[in-house]
Amino acid sequence: MKAFTYTRFELLRVIRSRRFVFLALGFPVALYYAIAAPNRHEGNLAHTGISAPLYFMVGLAAFGTMNAMMSTGARIAAERAVGWNRQLRITPLTTRDYFRAKVLTGYAMALLTLAVLFAAGATLGVSLSAGAWVRMTVLILVGLIPFAAFGILLGHMLTPDSIGPTLGGATAFFAFLGGAWFPITSGVLKTIAESIPSYWLVQAAHIGVGGHGWSAEGWLTVAAWAVVLAALARRAYYRDTRRV
Amino acid sequence: MTNDGIELTGLHKSFGEVRAVDGVDVSIGRGETVALLGPNGAGKSTTIDMLLGLLPPDSGTVSVFGKSPHDAVAAGAIGAMLQTGALIRDLSVRELVTMVSSLYREPLGVDEVLTLTGLEDVARQRTQKLSGGQTQRVRFAVALVSNPELLVLDEPTVAMDVESRHAFWTSMREFASGGKTIVFATHYLEEADAYADRAVLMARGHVVADGPTTEIKAMVGIRTIRATLPGTGLDGLATLSGVTHVERRGESIVLSCSNSDAAIRALLDRYPAARDIEISGAGLEQAFLLLTGDE
Repeated sequence: MKAFTYTRFELLRVIRSRRFVFLALGFPVALYYAIAAPNRHEGNLAHTGISAPLYFMVGLAAFGTMNAMMSTGARIAAERAVGWNRQLRITPLTTRDYFRAKVLTGYAMALLTLAVLFAAGATLGVSLSAGAWVRMTVLILVGLIPFAAFGILLGHMLTPDSIGPTLGGATAFFAFLGGAWFPITSGVLKTIAESIPSYWLVQAAHIGVGGHGWSAEGWLTVAAWAVVLAALARRAYYRDTRRV
Repeated sequence: MTNDGIELTGLHKSFGEVRAVDGVDVSIGRGETVALLGPNGAGKSTTIDMLLGLLPPDSGTVSVFGKSPHDAVAAGAIGAMLQTGALIRDLSVRELVTMVSSLYREPLGVDEVLTLTGLEDVARQRTQKLSGGQTQRVRFAVALVSNPELLVLDEPTVAMDVESRHAFWTSMREFASGGKTIVFATHYLEEADAYADRAVLMARGHVVADGPTTEIKAMVGIRTIRATLPGTGLDGLATLSGVTHVERRGESIVLSCSNSDAAIRALLDRYPAARDIEISGAGLEQAFLLLTGDE
């Protein structure tokens, strides 16, 4: 299929990119070992009945995949800076195919991130049922849709200079308010958290620690963010034909 | 007017206060090779951006083979090498050209394009490891692989040395011989003269002349004579053979000449007091200012 040749080369570029291998894959794993390895024998973290290696693995699964997905934005900003975006505009590549390639590369990065985190978890003794692995992974992938759109949106609005700090800030903000670092269980913070997509991404990852996935509110929130951010990303892409 | 070629009609584009393109009408037939010639800031790149559909005109229309630029691009009819641009990283030259060719229904063969652009030797190299000249050639290959009906090149040789420039135009000619339409922007008169059938001269957002390159060359191949000659009336100077325009700058006079050889003989003959004489070729910029009647 010719349509996939373009996507195939995009994927190849990701795998060959050292920055990706170090930052998107290496960073979450290094962080994981730094936090979880010293507590590897803690089988009952804060009286939850959950082992430390498992708890931190699912937390980083949410953070790491969000990070990987949004890093598409950094790649887009770099392509725009060298004028590649304008070069693509004078090819018959359709908006749909362009977005598909970007989203699929984002997913490839997210899946690799999950794979290495799960493997790292296994080395510290994490074991889950096959059903839990699958349900957790699938729901994480769905929960990443808004972040795929958000990455593309930022990529078409920002320069390579400004996108690094913006992505870092956005990831930290979403991770913090979404409860990736500590559980958000009640109060006004929970009300806010439930209205942002990262909270539901964390809930998806928490299937691994016995969570129940998403309520109807969760599905609606993720869908609403996905629709709005995708529309904004599309608009940013259409407008973005100027020399940068 | 026919629908068959390229029609730019009444194009205007401003950026804030700056009128980058201020009423451009150009009609290009299928199979023509046309140079857009002009100094920096003449509006060439803005015109090309509108031709390619990258920039919407404030007013006016663009028709490419009877289609809008967007439809012509979607049909794969246009290939272009933009003025600014580098290459995306982490692919080999061959992979990059293959990736672009996959976007077209009827591309040229990748090997054919690599041969035509002289890139066989670096086909396996990563794009981030190429020299400036090689990068330009890859960008040319990216434009060519689409096998376009219309090839647009915006100052394609800017980053090239003399030798690469020559090789570049040779490949371009080879491609053009297949009956393709080619529009290229340049600020080198020699390039327009050597490689285009026709030149469209632009200055300050206007088309100031449009015709066969031989005519254009005669128009802008102006020289100026500068000499110290105090207290002489300009009327007499203006009648000298080969002189088209006269002005005084303090003690000096400046003669714009269509034939500087005749003019210098006439000047020395009639005004032996003239001294500190300099003859120089007017740059394109200066020639354009004369053509447009601006100072």
